[in-house]
Amino acid sequence: MATAATVHAHAPQGFIRKYIFSLDHKVIGLQYFFLALTAVFVGMFLSLLMRIHLVWPAAVLPLVGEIRPETYLSLLTMHGTIMVFFVLTTAPQGGFGNYFLPIQIGAPDMAFPVLNMLSFWTTFVGFVVIIAAFFVLGGAPLHGWTGYPPLSAVQSAGPGEGLGADLWITSIAIFCLASLMGALNFLTTTLDMRAKGMTMMRMPLTVWSWFITAILGLLAFGVLLSAGILLLMDRNLGTSFYVPLVVINGQIMQHKGGSPLLWQHLFWFFGHPEVYIAILPGMGVTSQILSTFSRKPIFGYKAMVYAMLAIGFLGFMVWGHHMFMSGMSPYSAFAFSLLTMCIGVPSAIKTFNWLGTMYKARIRFHTPMLYAIGFVSLFVSGGLSGPFLAQPVLDIQLHDTYFVVGHFHLIMGVAAIFGMFAATYYWFPKMFGRMMNETWGRVHFFITLIGTYCIFMPMHYLGIAGGTRRYSQYTEVAYLTKLMPLHQVMTYAAIITIAAQFIFVINLFWSMFKGPKASDNPWESTTLEWTTATPPPHDNFGGVTPVVYHGPYEYGVPGAAKDYVMQTDPASVPAAH
Amino acid sequence: MATYTPTRPVDQLGHDRQPPSPPLGGGGDDGRGEGSPNYGVRLRRARLGMICAIATICMVFVSLTSALIVRRGLPTFDDASRTYSRDWGGVQLPWLLLEINTAILLISSLTMEGARRGIARRAALAPVRSIPGVSLGEERNFPWLGVTVILGFAFLVGQGIAWADLRSRGFFVSTNPDSSFVYLFTAAHAVHLMGGIIALFWGITSLLHRPIEGRRIVVDVVAWYWHFMAVLWIYVFALLAFAR
Repeated sequence: MATAATVHAHAPQGFIRKYIFSLDHKVIGLQYFFLALTAVFVGMFLSLLMRIHLVWPAAVLPLVGEIRPETYLSLLTMHGTIMVFFVLTTAPQGGFGNYFLPIQIGAPDMAFPVLNMLSFWTTFVGFVVIIAAFFVLGGAPLHGWTGYPPLSAVQSAGPGEGLGADLWITSIAIFCLASLMGALNFLTTTLDMRAKGMTMMRMPLTVWSWFITAILGLLAFGVLLSAGILLLMDRNLGTSFYVPLVVINGQIMQHKGGSPLLWQHLFWFFGHPEVYIAILPGMGVTSQILSTFSRKPIFGYKAMVYAMLAIGFLGFMVWGHHMFMSGMSPYSAFAFSLLTMCIGVPSAIKTFNWLGTMYKARIRFHTPMLYAIGFVSLFVSGGLSGPFLAQPVLDIQLHDTYFVVGHFHLIMGVAAIFGMFAATYYWFPKMFGRMMNETWGRVHFFITLIGTYCIFMPMHYLGIAGGTRRYSQYTEVAYLTKLMPLHQVMTYAAIITIAAQFIFVINLFWSMFKGPKASDNPWESTTLEWTTATPPPHDNFGGVTPVVYHGPYEYGVPGAAKDYVMQTDPASVPAAH
Repeated sequence: MATYTPTRPVDQLGHDRQPPSPPLGGGGDDGRGEGSPNYGVRLRRARLGMICAIATICMVFVSLTSALIVRRGLPTFDDASRTYSRDWGGVQLPWLLLEINTAILLISSLTMEGARRGIARRAALAPVRSIPGVSLGEERNFPWLGVTVILGFAFLVGQGIAWADLRSRGFFVSTNPDSSFVYLFTAAHAVHLMGGIIALFWGITSLLHRPIEGRRIVVDVVAWYWHFMAVLWIYVFALLAFAR
């Protein structure tokens, strides 16, 4: 049911206004999506170089040449930074959130369209700035994506720590500003632009996930921005916020009295919520897809909402578990450890509810569903190693080993990316009006799932065996040479998995132009984006305002002619309507 | 759509076992985007956005404050004497000048409030004025916004003088940690205030030909921001005083 809108928004004319500096949230969402797609291939290429170098350290690669240890550290730094900021943060929230949040709540656009456009282009500038770090004198920084001082705070600390590091920090600061603008827009839109009948507890779980992610972003990115400003001041103005008295290459630096731990506190106060900024939208879309393709209401909708809120809340109280090795008080370590393990409770609730949704369901195993199930699998696999690392005594052993790398790649990296794949396959028909190829989608899924497990599961064994991270050559360390066969397995798996991503890209672009035409609601879903035309018109609902009568997951309703009821379906409203 | 005929009571639909609500339930919006003349909705939305912006600025200053607290308590290793000592203290701020600046900013907050109330009143009366034959008499409009901008600039100039005074006495950004924080906090506040001044300029100039209701939205949210800047400065001022 819809009421006529009083005012029609006119679609912009002209290429520049329509596709470049567009105010349309859908175009901006696609811009974010393609920016993240570019970034993920850059990040993936860097990881491929690293994996090849680890197994064949003397290899001379085309275009790149021989990778020296400092180059390896630069690749590592840039891979982590690009992936965390410009992929894991950009695509789920900026891309899919921008495109679908307004439609799913029945709004014609985001609350502040100009700010939305500014947010994207600021992100774009941030990406250009960080890529520029490769091409300046000294090259890209080598301090890792966590940017720990004093290495990151002293220009003469190493190659890449000059202009490259300045560009790195500047890029992150720019990204923070962009994310803050985006978060402000998401929150205002969600709170103030919901359609009639769209109560908070009728919002799809995707909307809840973007909403909570926006809260986290609003509170976390400001802290990282402050930390980055202090770092820039230490580097360029001679202050000593982070740098104690240090001697580099026999020279006493001018800094004194600063604390590297101050950076760690500020960074991880942002850094841990950032994990949830990356993963929460994946949780949202997984819930949406599992319910849709299981043809059942999501198991425990309210519990899912409260679990996400709890995860977001607890996420701000556990940053110290990244710093158990810093010499913190055992009492503090105990508190951080306990709070960290508390996150396991809402995480387990979500997992239980996902399984409950699929239990005894007539599941439709389309590609989005496969990826959603893959997300659950990776979330569990990666999440189970979390409580290990949350124990200070275990963390002291496992800190800075491949165990940690395996853990966060599964839970934060690959799981989040599986969420993005699920979202892409699920919403592609709505975004582009065509269907993606199912067969190639499944091939892509199985190679990627098996491949990622082959890459990241062995890392846990490596870590337990004492395999340290961030070493560029394990062949030079006696006890680590015995672990090289595992590295070889991981590298072969990485090459195959990365190659398989071209299946996805070819499928994406081929389907965009040649895929079979999609109907308005090909998956028989219930939420608002499936009530409008495909692709949606400029004002989303073609001049009408949707009115919502139901929750988002009315599947398998007994006695219904179809096995689902759209959120806008007024048919079940009594005669009083 | 609308092909479903329920065979069950409607209150058994949905996860929350609540009946489908009529159109008036839930939802927050009845405006239709930028083309909408519904200024009340747009004002509410702009205020909500401003609250979010203020929240994030608060996080910036909270994190800077935590850095100050941590850094203030840290001992410094002196290489010459091979001992630890405290390197905090020594900056003599030009308190009188800063107090004058504080007064200027507080007065500007009052003038900003005058502007906000004035334009709210004019916006409320605009529909009445537009009725043919109705006259409410000539209203003298005090240039509150212009005065606010001038006072804002005066505050920034005052801050510049304070920095010059510090430099003349040998306190630079890197002289010692407390001088670093003095420059950091005052500059961070000044940058944010500059943002408010730019918004006011935009409000005064670019929106001249817009309906008064549209201008009222800009002035209203900038007023919120401006008051927040005044409160934030009081906080910074107190922090610098207590952290000596």
